[in-house]
Amino acid sequence: MASTIRVRATSNGDITEVQALIQHPMDSGFVKDAKGEIIPPHFIQQLTFEYDGKNVFLADWGGGISKDPYIKFAFKGGKKGDDLKISWLDNKGATDTTTAKIQ
Amino acid sequence: MNLSDNEFSATRRLILKGAGVVALIGAGIIPFDITKALAAANDKYPEDAFKQKSDAEAIKLLYGKTAEPSDKVKMDAPEIAENGAVVPISVTTTLADVSSIAFLVSENPNALIAQYKIPAGTVPSVANRIKMAKTSNVIVLVEAGGKLYSATKEVKVTVGGCGG
Repeated sequence: MASTIRVRATSNGDITEVQALIQHPMDSGFVKDAKGEIIPPHFIQQLTFEYDGKNVFLADWGGGISKDPYIKFAFKGGKKGDDLKISWLDNKGATDTTTAKIQ
Repeated sequence: MNLSDNEFSATRRLILKGAGVVALIGAGIIPFDITKALAAANDKYPEDAFKQKSDAEAIKLLYGKTAEPSDKVKMDAPEIAENGAVVPISVTTTLADVSSIAFLVSENPNALIAQYKIPAGTVPSVANRIKMAKTSNVIVLVEAGGKLYSATKEVKVTVGGCGG
């Protein structure tokens, strides 16, 4: 299965800028479907970015993050060609991981 | 019998591994910042804070202190959000020694949207997209040097993003 995570990490030699787009419904548990029934909560709770064995960014999310979440941040260091590892875990215990090369 | 043997040896391995890591830290082989990063990775998801209806309660559970408004916390949010399901909001700060950034929407069913941990070396600037049920204050918190700072902005929502 194709990864749910799309990442672009670009280094300017000093700082690495990371943008990620994840496919996920991010159902908050407050929305009703067409039949008027509550759509049960289903959202990513934790997202981590790891570079060189260290976490460079951690997110704790609630159901208030938009569907197909987008995130942008930057960290010092990071070399072109090096790996950046991204993982998420949702409230149902599902998880996905991908590795992106810094460009 | 076999199974319990396996269980025993697995437990034993785990204990040995744990002892090994402790020994390595003690011997200074594993630098301290890596152990700090590992501790951060094991941070528990703040489930209770995310379940709070009021922003004040969520902040109290998350940080155990109140925030003071600061013009060094710069929030970029739209004046009017046409679609409450996707409201792009970003924050950046000139404060030093930032350890975390959090987003809250006062009028949402659960006020807390997200909390981001900012390890040393990561730029204290985050952009994300959030849901808003209706017109509300958006609060951004920045934890820096053990203190809590905030910026607040009202965002008008024409179509809510939480249905119902």
